[in-house]
Amino acid sequence: MASASLSIAFTGSGGAGVMTAGQMLLAAAGRAGHYGLMTRSMGPQIRGGESAAFLRLARHPVGAPDDRIDLLVAIDWENVTRFLAELPMDAGGLILADPAQGAVPEGLVAHGPTVGDLPLKETAKSIDGGRANMVALGAAAGIAGIDRAAVDAVVNRALGRKGEAALTAARAAIEAGFAQAREHENGHALAPPETAPAEGTRWNVSGNEATGLGALAGGVRFVAAYPITPATDVLEYLAPRLEKLGGNLVQAEDELASINMVLGAGYGGVPALTATAGPGFALMTEGIGLGIATETPAVVVDVMRGGPSTGIPTKSEQADLDIALSGMHGDAPHVVVAPNAIADCRATTEWAVRLAEALQVPTVVLSDQFMGQARAVLDAPGAAPDVPARRTAAPDDAGTYRRFAVTGDFVSPMALPGTPNGMYTADGLEHDASGAPSTLPEVHAEQLHKRRRKLEVFDYGAFWADVEGDGPAAIITWGSVTGAVREAADRLRADGHAVRVISLRLLLPAQPERLAAALEGVDRVLVVEQTEGAQFHRYLRAWYDLPADVRCLNRPGPLALRPGEIADALKEGAAP
Amino acid sequence: MTAPDTRTVTREAKHYKSDVKPVWCPGCGDFAVLTAITKALAQMGIAQEDTAVVTGIGCAARLPGYLNVYGLHGIHGRALPAATGLKLARPELTVLAAGGDGDGFSIGGNHFLHACRRNVDLVYIVMDNEVYGMTKGQASPTTEPDWSESRLTPQGPGVEPFHPLSLALISGANWIGRAFTGDPQTLTHMLVEAVNHPGLAFLHVLSPCVTYRPEQKDWKKTVRREAFTPTEDPVEAQRVLETDDGFNAGVLYHGRRPVYAPAPEATAGMADLDREFVL
Ligand SMILES: Cc1ncc(C[n+]2csc(CCOP(=O)(O)OP(=O)(O)O)c2C)c(N)n1
Ligand code: SF4
Repeated sequence: MASASLSIAFTGSGGAGVMTAGQMLLAAAGRAGHYGLMTRSMGPQIRGGESAAFLRLARHPVGAPDDRIDLLVAIDWENVTRFLAELPMDAGGLILADPAQGAVPEGLVAHGPTVGDLPLKETAKSIDGGRANMVALGAAAGIAGIDRAAVDAVVNRALGRKGEAALTAARAAIEAGFAQAREHENGHALAPPETAPAEGTRWNVSGNEATGLGALAGGVRFVAAYPITPATDVLEYLAPRLEKLGGNLVQAEDELASINMVLGAGYGGVPALTATAGPGFALMTEGIGLGIATETPAVVVDVMRGGPSTGIPTKSEQADLDIALSGMHGDAPHVVVAPNAIADCRATTEWAVRLAEALQVPTVVLSDQFMGQARAVLDAPGAAPDVPARRTAAPDDAGTYRRFAVTGDFVSPMALPGTPNGMYTADGLEHDASGAPSTLPEVHAEQLHKRRRKLEVFDYGAFWADVEGDGPAAIITWGSVTGAVREAADRLRADGHAVRVISLRLLLPAQPERLAAALEGVDRVLVVEQTEGAQFHRYLRAWYDLPADVRCLNRPGPLALRPGEIADALKEGAAP
Repeated sequence: MTAPDTRTVTREAKHYKSDVKPVWCPGCGDFAVLTAITKALAQMGIAQEDTAVVTGIGCAARLPGYLNVYGLHGIHGRALPAATGLKLARPELTVLAAGGDGDGFSIGGNHFLHACRRNVDLVYIVMDNEVYGMTKGQASPTTEPDWSESRLTPQGPGVEPFHPLSLALISGANWIGRAFTGDPQTLTHMLVEAVNHPGLAFLHVLSPCVTYRPEQKDWKKTVRREAFTPTEDPVEAQRVLETDDGFNAGVLYHGRRPVYAPAPEATAGMADLDREFVL
């Protein structure tokens, strides 16, 4: 029977070409009209070491890994035990491994998957210039039932510039893989797509690329940043594209410099952004406070990884929530938003830039490694809702302009350098409406109030959260975990349980009235998040009214939360 | 840097001053820097609105509030990165960064090295009083090892001071000079030269702290005016610095190092970027 979703893992030591095989399979599946998601797992080694590519191909859009893996193709077994927890193989699963690499590790066969031989090295050796990963790609594509022409098109595109010999070798290796696939148990073919997608409607994009694209769509033309995993890909995407758009990316000497460069550019009127991960974000907090005090637009993307400290740089977690919400000293109102899917990285980052500009405030985008470094075939992402542009000032006579005047909506027109009669000092010292430093209690109270209220009175519209479904039980979540939550909800609904999903995109300023409306009629809540300390649950407790029956499913990274366990957690909480 | 303003406006030094009264102690060297900046800008005819002064934190760093130009009074040690971001985003502006020795060489030390190395077209003025004035008299990276007036280091800091000019030179600054607030005319001239020279111009200003280093009032006797002969040769400048005791004034070095000023022309639009991802 053909399946609607198929999960495939490739494992191998670094250099075995696991990621290449995975990316090509994803692209080929995309060409054949399927949707797909590829996540990756890497060891700590700089080069080499173990790696694994996890793919899920399906006829519907894919937001999360499945509970189980249907097919594991192992190029070798080097250090594979490190991934055991990420390789749930059951009796329905198939492991194809090279017998020359030794026995299948026990942990993998414990639940009875079928094991088949795939003599990858030997086959590769028999082909001039043949590589084992291309044989593996052919075998996986064959088992998944992916059209050979789609695979060839991807190979041509990827290897075309390497010359005819390389192409011929790759094609022969893939052909050999397809041939071997025929020898193995064959219940795993993907059901064909319901309809062929219209030309140009599907994208192949990673979360970090989508974040970069969203930044540019929002108008960012200046970026300063310091390299850090897993945010570096955002910068690598941005550097050449900014140049094409007439903008600039500066590799700063550290994150203290990054954020201050961004503030300098923002003060100058150019939408500016930096991207980092937890350690860099921690260094930036004083600078973010300066942006808040001086009402300077700035966007800080934090692609979260395991923390605290250096933590687990290559793996995902949602544990920078606390510092993003409240890491700044003093009363420091700002905006925090979080994309909840790869596609959404684009619109949410674009929105963040627009909010920062409109509200003259540092805005934090919380993405994470899982979403950032995952790649998906998906429907072309949408754009952010409209937000008014930065309000600038052009005073017509000297001496009357007051940069921080309290207005009806608390946003004051900002004179950009170069504007006659607009000269003022953006000061991190508390200042009065004109910008002059002041220690007067009434001035402090007025300006603190202004900076808070401008964020509170703004109408963020329906984009504040994704609210889906209805019924008396709700799952409240945020960020990349939303993918697994959505799938859990779909399964529950298919089983006849009504369930609502509320995924918060706007975390600060909190929207208690909107959440109350979204929770109308709900008497039971499950909070789902990827932290050890239940940071999101505590945040919800602090800002919102929740029903009496609230449970929390939280687990630290790097293990992904799977749809099945989320569905189980919701069912467990149900009244008998 | 910015071309002189050709609009028929008479620019006087006083137009560049704000009406905020400085918090500085009477007699503080920083007053002379404030005045020199207003004179230099007036002399060059650079419009107030086309000038930005960016500082960190400290007595010296209070400068922007006292000027009637665009100002960014940021956080301790980060004047240079903020100025760098502003200048790269708005290359047509004249951007001056400024602050004290603690701000520039201690907490901001890393940015100092990298700003010199990056060589963006900025002027960086450090008002060096060899002490932390704002926090009431602690040793700074330019304080002598046996200065024992601070309760934090009662035996003196016990470490040799930095040599800011050497650091600037080896790090790649394109113009380096030392001025003294007791010679305001030369200070103004040097500022003009620093603004006009492409790349990062580092102006080290000996600016006495009359409150915590009252003995610096004697600097007017120790400073040697025009002791440096300007050179384009970094090796020669380095040789001169070997015997520098910190009291030689004048332009040390004016180089031709490449200035960092990326200004790409737009060649694509958002639609082109979207297309890259289409299957
Ligand atoms: C992050 C941070 N640490 C410490 C301080 C306290 N602080 C303010 S000014 C200053 C030193 C200023 O000395 P210097 O730069 O030499 O300038 P001066 O006051 O002598 O002009 C310090 C340590 C601060 N504002 N911020
Ligand atoms: S403490 Fe020193 S540096 Fe600060 S204002 Fe007074 S004299 Fe100037």
